[in-house]
Amino acid sequence: MASVPTSLKYTKDHEWVKVEGNIATIGVTAFAAEQLGDVVYVELPKVGAQAKAGATMGVVESTKAVSDVFFPVSGTIKEANEPLADAPETINQDPYEKGWFIKVEMSDASELEKLWDAPKYEEHVKASAH
Amino acid sequence: MSFPESSRATQGLVIDEQLIFERPPGACSGASLPEAGVPESDPAGEIPEEYLRGEIEGMPCLYEPEVVRHFVRLSQLNWSLDTGFYPLGSCTMKYNPKSSEAAARLPGFAHVHPLLAEEKTQGALELMWRLERALAEITGFEAVTLQPAAGAHGELTGMLIIRAAHVAKGKPRHKVLVPDSAHGTNPATSAFAGFSVVELKSGPHGYLEPETVAAAMDEDVAGIMLTNPNTLGIFESNIAKIAKIVHAKGGYVYGDGANLNALLGRARPGDLGVDVMHMNLHKTFATPHGGGGPGAGPVGVVKELEPFLPAPVVIKDGERYRLQFDRPQSIGRMRTFWGNFGVLVRAWAYIRELGPQGLKAVSDLAVLNANYVRALLEEAYHLPYETASLHEVVLSDKKQKEHGVTTMDIAKRLIDHGFHPPTIYFPLIVGGALMIEPTETESKANVEAFAAAMKSIAQEAKEAPEAVKAAPTRAYRERLDEVKAARKPVLRWKPLGEV
Repeated sequence: MASVPTSLKYTKDHEWVKVEGNIATIGVTAFAAEQLGDVVYVELPKVGAQAKAGATMGVVESTKAVSDVFFPVSGTIKEANEPLADAPETINQDPYEKGWFIKVEMSDASELEKLWDAPKYEEHVKASAH
Repeated sequence: MSFPESSRATQGLVIDEQLIFERPPGACSGASLPEAGVPESDPAGEIPEEYLRGEIEGMPCLYEPEVVRHFVRLSQLNWSLDTGFYPLGSCTMKYNPKSSEAAARLPGFAHVHPLLAEEKTQGALELMWRLERALAEITGFEAVTLQPAAGAHGELTGMLIIRAAHVAKGKPRHKVLVPDSAHGTNPATSAFAGFSVVELKSGPHGYLEPETVAAAMDEDVAGIMLTNPNTLGIFESNIAKIAKIVHAKGGYVYGDGANLNALLGRARPGDLGVDVMHMNLHKTFATPHGGGGPGAGPVGVVKELEPFLPAPVVIKDGERYRLQFDRPQSIGRMRTFWGNFGVLVRAWAYIRELGPQGLKAVSDLAVLNANYVRALLEEAYHLPYETASLHEVVLSDKKQKEHGVTTMDIAKRLIDHGFHPPTIYFPLIVGGALMIEPTETESKANVEAFAAAMKSIAQEAKEAPEAVKAAPTRAYRERLDEVKAARKPVLRWKPLGEV
C-alpha cells in the first residue's frame, strides 16, 4: 500500500486535508482510491458554496461503486479542481497532488483538531481492511 | 483459404453479428405497401421544417429475412437461464417453468382487455383475487396489492403506505432506518418517498443488533426497512426484537421480501413482526426477469395498514368478482389497469403447480444449494461472515489478492470456464465481494461443476496469476475496456470514420 504523507490530516472516511494558512485543500487518500478502483466520474461542489463539516461534498463513481465524499471542515469553497471532470483517473494516479478536489477557506480552525494525523489514519486503514 | 466478406456473419456457424447500421446503405424497402386509399399529404405542410429530413444517412438496405436474422442472431449472443447456470447473487435467477408460460398464453388470459365489462373478465379477476390470498397466506399478511410493477416499485408503494398511516394519525414522521446490509434500493426508496435515511451498521455476525436499532429509534422515525434474509444471505435473527423496539415508538417495519425464496413454507414475515413487505414474483415465483422486466412486486400489509392499499382492489361480492375503487384512505393508483397481469398468471400457475409442500421444497433446496457451494468453496476463498447462510453465500477475493488477482479477474475467468459470473462487488460491506446464489433449480452436478471451476481459478491465481488477469480468452470478445467505456461513453452510432 502507498505510504500516508505525514504532512496531511485525515478523516475516518478517507479524506485528506492540507492546511496552508486558513485554506484547506481536500482530496481522498490513496487507500480510498485503491478501494474504489478505477474512478470514472467525479462530482464536485460549486465554487462559492458553503462547506459544512460532515456534510456530503461530492460523489466519486468507479466501475465498482458510487461513494459519497464528505467535507472534513466548514467554510467557503474557493476553488474546485475542474480538470478532474475530464480526467478522473488522476484520482487513482496522483491522489495527494494533482488529484485534489477543492480548496476551502475555513470558518472554524478548531475543527482541524478533530482530524487525525498520519499514524492514526494508518492504524484505521489497517483495521478497516476486511 | 479465403471467404467473401458477405459470409462473415456465420462463419463456422458461429455468430459474429455486425451492427445493423454497418450494413451497406441503399434505397430499398423490405415492405410492399398497398395504395394508401386516402389522399397523400406533404409532410412539409404538417411538420415544422427543422424536424424533417429527406433521407437518413447510412440507412441500411434490408429486407425481412435479414431483419429477422439480425435480431435472432443478437438474441443468440445473449446468455440466459435457458442457456446455462446464472448464479447472480441477490437476483434469484431460477429456471422459469414452461408450464407457467403455457398458462399465460391461454387465449383467455393473453387476449383479455382490461376495459372489458366486469362480467366478461370474471376469470381474470378471480385469478387476481386468489393470487392475493395465496400470497397473503404464504407471507402471513392480511391483504395484498398486485399493482406494483417490480420490486423497487413495491418498496415505494409500501413506504407511501407507511407515510400515509403516519399522516392519518396526524403525526407525519421524517426518518427511516436502513441497515448497511439492505438492498441498495431501500435507501433510494426512502428518499424518494420523502424521508431522510439513517444508516445502521450491521453487527459483527452479519446481522443487525437490537441495541443499534434502539439507539436510533425515536418518535420521528417512520419505520425501518429490513431486507431479510439480508444481502449477506444471512437471516436477521433479531427481527422479532427489532420489530418490538420499532413498534414501541410507533414506527412500522418494512420488510424487503426480495429474498423470500429462502423462507417459503418455513417462516412468514407477517408472523415475525413485519408490517408491510413486497415480494418479487419474478424472483421467488419464477416468472421471467432480467433485461428490464416486466416483473411484479406485490405488497402485503397487516390489518392496520389495509385501508391505505392502492385502489382498486379485487373483492368478492357474493359469487362475483369486482374491482373496488371507493377506498377513501388509499394512497391512490400505483399502476394502470391490472398491473403486469401476464406475470400474475405465471406466478399463480407456479404456486398452484407446486402447492404448499412444493413451495417449502423450493426454499429447502435453494438453501441447500447455497450451503453446498459454500462448503465446497470456503477453503479456496475467504468467507467474511461465518454465520449460517440461507439462499446465497458471499465470499471475497482476500486470498487471491495476495497474488494480485481480484474479484473482477475471477469473474472474467469464470466466463472461460463456461459460467456466468456471480454478482460482484456487492454487498458493499464486503471488499471484493463474490455473491453467489445458485437457486434451487440447479442440479447437484451443476453446482459441483461451478465449484470446480471456482477452485481451479483459485489454484491458477496462485500458480499463474497472469492467466487469470488476462481472462476472458475464450469469450466472443476478450476483456472489454470497461473503464474507458464508463469514462468516455459513446452513446450514439455514427457512420464509420466519424467516431
